[in-house]
Amino acid sequence: MSDIPNPAAPFADPRGASLLKQDGRTKRRNAAEGRFKLYGIVAITIGLLMLLTLLFTIISRGTGAFQQTYVTLSVPLLEDKLDKNGNRNLEDIKKVSTFGYSPLLNAAFENKIETAGIDSDLKAKAMAGILSKDAAAQLRDHVLANPELIGSDAEFEFLTNSRVDGYLKGRVSRDSIANDKNISAEQLDLVDALIADGSIEKRFNLDFITGADASDARPEAAGMGVAMIGSFAMMLVVLVLALPIGVAASIYLEEFAPKNWITDIIEVNISNLAAVPSIVFGILGLAVFINYMHLPNSAPLVGGLVLTLMTLPTIIISTRASLKSVPPSIRDAALGVGASKMQSVFHHVLPLAAPGILTGTIIGLAQALGETAPLLLIGMVGFIASNPPESIAEGLMSPNSAMPAQIYEWAKRADPAFYERAWGGIIILLVFLISMNAIAVLLRRRFERRW
Amino acid sequence: MKDNRYSESDVTIQPVKIAARNVQVYYGDSHAIRDVDIDIADKTVTAFIGPSGCGKSTFLRCINRMNDTIDAARVTGDIRIDGEDIYDKRVDPVQLRAKVGMVFQKPNPFPKSIYDNVAYGPRIHGLARNKADLDDIVEQALRRGAIWNEVKDRLHAPGTGLSGGQQQRLCIARAVATEPEVLLMDEPCSALDPIATAQVEELIDELRQNYSVVIVTHSMQQAARVSQKTAFFHLGNLVEFGDTDDIFTRPQDPRTESYITGRIG
Amino acid sequence: MGQILTTGAVLPLVVLIAALALGGYFLARKRALASAKGDSRNLHSLPSYYGYNALMSVAVPALLVLGIWLLVQPMLVQSSVVDMIPASAVPEGSSVNLIMSDVRRLADGLDAAVSTGVISADDATGLSAADDLRAWLAERGVALGADVSPEVLEAAQAYREMTATGNFWRNILVALIALVALMLVLRETNKDFRARNRVEGGIKALLILAASLAILTTVGIVLSMLFETINFFNLHPWTDFFFGSSWAPNFRGDSDLSILPLLWGTLYISFIALLVAVPIGLFAAIYLSEYAGPKVRATAKPLLEILAGIPTIVYGLFALLTVGPFLVNVFGRGDAGLLGVDWMSGATSVLTAGLVMGIMLIPFVSSLSDDIINAVPQSLRDGSFGLGATQSETIRQVVIPAALPGIVGAVLLAASRAIGETMIVVLGAGAIARISGNPLEAMTTITTRIVSQLTGDSDFASPETLVAFALGLTLFVLTLGLNVLALYIVRKYREQYE
Repeated sequence: MSDIPNPAAPFADPRGASLLKQDGRTKRRNAAEGRFKLYGIVAITIGLLMLLTLLFTIISRGTGAFQQTYVTLSVPLLEDKLDKNGNRNLEDIKKVSTFGYSPLLNAAFENKIETAGIDSDLKAKAMAGILSKDAAAQLRDHVLANPELIGSDAEFEFLTNSRVDGYLKGRVSRDSIANDKNISAEQLDLVDALIADGSIEKRFNLDFITGADASDARPEAAGMGVAMIGSFAMMLVVLVLALPIGVAASIYLEEFAPKNWITDIIEVNISNLAAVPSIVFGILGLAVFINYMHLPNSAPLVGGLVLTLMTLPTIIISTRASLKSVPPSIRDAALGVGASKMQSVFHHVLPLAAPGILTGTIIGLAQALGETAPLLLIGMVGFIASNPPESIAEGLMSPNSAMPAQIYEWAKRADPAFYERAWGGIIILLVFLISMNAIAVLLRRRFERRW
Repeated sequence: MKDNRYSESDVTIQPVKIAARNVQVYYGDSHAIRDVDIDIADKTVTAFIGPSGCGKSTFLRCINRMNDTIDAARVTGDIRIDGEDIYDKRVDPVQLRAKVGMVFQKPNPFPKSIYDNVAYGPRIHGLARNKADLDDIVEQALRRGAIWNEVKDRLHAPGTGLSGGQQQRLCIARAVATEPEVLLMDEPCSALDPIATAQVEELIDELRQNYSVVIVTHSMQQAARVSQKTAFFHLGNLVEFGDTDDIFTRPQDPRTESYITGRIG
Repeated sequence: MGQILTTGAVLPLVVLIAALALGGYFLARKRALASAKGDSRNLHSLPSYYGYNALMSVAVPALLVLGIWLLVQPMLVQSSVVDMIPASAVPEGSSVNLIMSDVRRLADGLDAAVSTGVISADDATGLSAADDLRAWLAERGVALGADVSPEVLEAAQAYREMTATGNFWRNILVALIALVALMLVLRETNKDFRARNRVEGGIKALLILAASLAILTTVGIVLSMLFETINFFNLHPWTDFFFGSSWAPNFRGDSDLSILPLLWGTLYISFIALLVAVPIGLFAAIYLSEYAGPKVRATAKPLLEILAGIPTIVYGLFALLTVGPFLVNVFGRGDAGLLGVDWMSGATSVLTAGLVMGIMLIPFVSSLSDDIINAVPQSLRDGSFGLGATQSETIRQVVIPAALPGIVGAVLLAASRAIGETMIVVLGAGAIARISGNPLEAMTTITTRIVSQLTGDSDFASPETLVAFALGLTLFVLTLGLNVLALYIVRKYREQYE
C-alpha cells in the first residue's frame, strides 16, 4: 500500500465507519445471502437427485426384463404320440393339441434327471411345472414347422416359468414362496441341481423386444414388439397428418393472416389447446372417431388421429417460431424481384425454416410417443395383440396396443413378474425418446442459423 | 498526465475523496481502461466526458465496484476512498455501495410505491429505528431530490407512474436516502427531455453542498454547466483532467481539443 | 353395374377423381400452351400453374362433397332407421343404441356376404327372421351379439336399402361434379387466364382451412362432451352431480355420482404437487438465472428439463412401485416400518401421487420462472446493487416482486397441468372416492374416474358411463379457465417489459 503515491491533497475526513471493518449488520446480511444461495443449490440438487433416482430405478429394475431364464432339454418326439398314422401328414399332426405334447415334456425331464444323475422325489409332471405354460405350444409350433423331426430326440430351449426366472434374478426366494402354489421348494431344489448341471441358464432375451404380449399366467413370454409396431403406426399417422396441417396453419398465421379478431381467436385457441389435458383429447377421440364415425375400436389409426390433434398445437407453435426467425429481408428480396407473396413463402422462407420445423416436429412426435391417457379411452389397452400385423393397412386398422399403453397394462397386472416387464418396457420407450431428442438436438446444432 | 495533477493541485481547495492509481479494467480479453490515475475532490462535481466507448462509464462503475456484477470484468490497480482501498479483501461491496450511491442512465424506479422506492436503501441498511424515523428519512431524501412537493400527496402511488424526469429525481432521492458520501451519476439526463434535464442539473448543483458528485455525460455543455472539474477519456485512457474552465478554454492535449471542438466523438 | 354404382367403397371414387384431376393437369397445360402458340412467354402464368388450376378445380369440390356426404349420410340413415324400431323391441337391460349396433352389424354382414359371393343379392333381400339367421351368418363369418328379431331384420334391410340409395346418388353426384369441373376449367384455360392468382387463392384457402382446424378441434371437444353431458343430466339429477356428497357408481342403476369427492381428491393432490414443485422449481430458477455461471447453467438446466420430457406413464410406475412402497415403509407397517407407526396401508395415496406429480412439475415451474425472471430488466438489479443491496436482497425485494405476475401465471399453468394429469393419479392415487384430510389415504380424482368409467365395455346410454363426459367437460372448463387466466397474466407481464 505504501508504494502508492500520496494524493495531491489530503484525504477528506472519513464521515462514516471504516469500510475495512464489516459491521454486525453486514455480517448478518451476508449470512442471509449465503443461506439464500444455499436454498437455490439445494433446490437444484433435489431436482437432479430426483432425476438420478428415477433413472437409477428404471435401469436397476428394468434391465432384468432383457434377460430370461431358459432350460435346455432333450425331448423325445415319439412317433406314436404325435403322428399315429406315421405318414407325416401335416393335417394329422395338427390334430394333436398342446395337451398331447405335455407327456413328452414330462418324459424329457425324466430323461434329464437320469442322465444328469439328479436325485429328486418330484413326479415328472411337477418337474415340468418349472417350465413356462408356453412350453408345450412352443414345442408344437416347432414340430409343425419341422415334421421330419418326429421320431428323433430334439434339443430344445424352453422358457422357465416366471418364478424360476425370479429365483435366478433374486426376486423370488425360498422364504417368499411359502404360500405360492405356482412353485414349491422341491422344484427350486431341482432348479438348483439343473443350474449346477448347466441346463438352466439366464441369457439375453430378444423376444422381449420383438415378441407379443402374453396372458396373465405367462409373464415370462410377454414382449413389447407388437405394441412397438402399434406405436410406429400411430407415429406414421401423426407425421403424415400433423406435419403438413401444422405447417400450413403456421404459414397462414405467420405470413398471411390479417390482424383481426378471428386471427386472435385462432391464436388464443392454439395456445390453449396446447395446455388442454391429454385425457380430454381421448374423450374427443372416443366421442367423434369411434362413437360417431364408427372407426374401429383400439385401432392405431384412431390413436394416431387423436395424437395428431394433440400434437398439432406443439408443431404449430414451434413452426411459427422458426418462420418468425427468418428475417423479413429475405421476403423483401423475393418480393423485390417480382415473386408473389405465395412464391416468396414457398420458395424462400419455408426452405430456410425447414430445419427448425423438423426439430419441432420430432419433439412433438416424441411427446406423442410417450402419451398414454388418451389411448386408454379409445381402447388401445387391456387385450393381447398376439401377432404382428401383416400389412400397413392392417397395422392401422386392426386392434393393437402402443408402447406406453402396454407398460400401463403390465403395471396393472397382479404378478410382480410383470413389473419387471413394465420397467423394461420403459427402458425401450426411453431409448426411442432419447434418440428422437438427440436427433432433434443434432439437427438444431447442424443447421441452426443466426441471422 | 502527471502534469495535469500538478496543475490541478494549485486550484483545489477541497480535500481529496477518491484517489485512483494505475487502474486497469479488462472485459474478457479486451483492455477497457488503461493506467488511470485521478484524484476526485470532496464536495465537488467532477464530470467525465469523452466519446462513446471511451471507458468513462466503466471507470465510474469501478468506484462502487458495480463491475463485480459482471462476470467477465476484472479490475486491477488501486482505488481509495478516504484513504481506504476499496478493492481490499476485507471490504464488502455492500457497505461500499451504501457509501457510494449511484444513479443510472435510464431512470429505474422499482415497481413499488414511491415511498418504498426511497425507503428501500434505509431499510436494507437498517438506518431507521422506527416507522417515524423512516418517514423522516424518506421525506428528507425526497426533499433533497427536489421532488417532495410533487409527490408528497401520493407517496403510495407506484414509482413507475411518474414522468421520466420525476422518475430520475426519484432515483436520485433513492440514492441520497442511504446517506452516501459520494454520488456517481451515469449519464443521468440522457433519457430526459430538456426541461427535466434542467431540473436534474439544478439538483446536481445543490447536491454538491454535501456530496462528492461524479457525473458521466456525453454532453459537453452539461459538463460545462454543472461541473467544477472535468476529466476527458479517450480509448480507455484518461487524457486530461483539470478545472472545467481550463479544459474547455485551454485544453492541453490535442485530442481534448479535437473532441471539444467537435472533430472526434 | 348396379353393384358398382351402389358400392359404399370410397377408393374407386377417389381413384376416379384423381385420374380426372391428373388428366385435367396435362390437358389444361397443353391447352394453355397451344393458345399461346407454344411460346410460354406469352402466357400470363407459368404453364404448370394452368395445370395446377385444373387439378385443384377438379379435385377440391369433388372431394369436399364426398367428405361431407360421408359424414352426413350415416347420420340421416341412422336417424330414420331408429324410428323404425318400436320401443317394445328393445329388451330389458338393453338400449336402442345396442340394437342399432346389431342392425348395423347385420346390414354390414349381409353386404359383406353378398360382395364375397356367399349369397346372392336377391337371397339377401329375401331373408326372413324365421331362418336361424344368427347361426346361418356365423357360419359365413358374421358374428352377431344377439338373435335376430323380425324388427331388427326389417330395420337392417331398410338400412341396407337406404345406404345403397345414398351411395348411388353419392357416386353419381361426385363423379358428375368432377367431370363438370374439368370441362369448365378447360374452357376458361387460355393464355390470358390468370392461373397463378387462382392457384394461389386456392392454396390460401387450404392454409386457412388448416389454421381453422384448431378452432374445429376446440368446437369438437366442447360439442362432443356437451351433448353427452346433456344426455347425462337427462338421466341423472344435476344437483346430485354438483352438490351431492358421494361417488358410488352402481351398474345396476341408482348410483351416487357427485363430482365433489373427486374434485377434492384432484385439488388435494394438485396442492401437494405444487407444494413440492413451486419452491423447488422457483429456487432452482432463481439460482440458475441469478447465481449460476454459464457452465453450471448449461449443464443443470437441460438436465432438469429431462424430467419434463419423461412420459407420465413412467412417473405413474415410479409412484406405484417405488415411491408408494417407500412411503409405506416410512409411515406404515407398524413396528416394522421406519417410524414405527401404522398410518398408511396401501402404496397408493394422495401423498404418493402428489409427490411424484410435484417432481414432474419441477422443470415446468423452473423453466417458465426462469424465462420470466430473465425478462426482469437488468436496470432494476443495477439500481438495487447501486444502493448497496446484497444479491439475495435484490432478488427477494426487487426481482421477485417485479416478476410476481409472471410467476403467478406460471404457477397457474402448473396447477392446470396437475389437475389434468392422468397417468400418475391412475396408478398412484387409488380408486376410493372420499373427502378426507389425511394425505396418507388413497383418494381418487376426476381424471381417474374418467378413465375407469370409459374403459372396458361401456354402455353409452347409462348415466354411469355418461358421467365421464360431464366430468370431462368440468375438467376442460376448469383447466381452460386456469390457462386463459395464466396466459393473460403472462402476456400482460411481458408487454410491461417490452
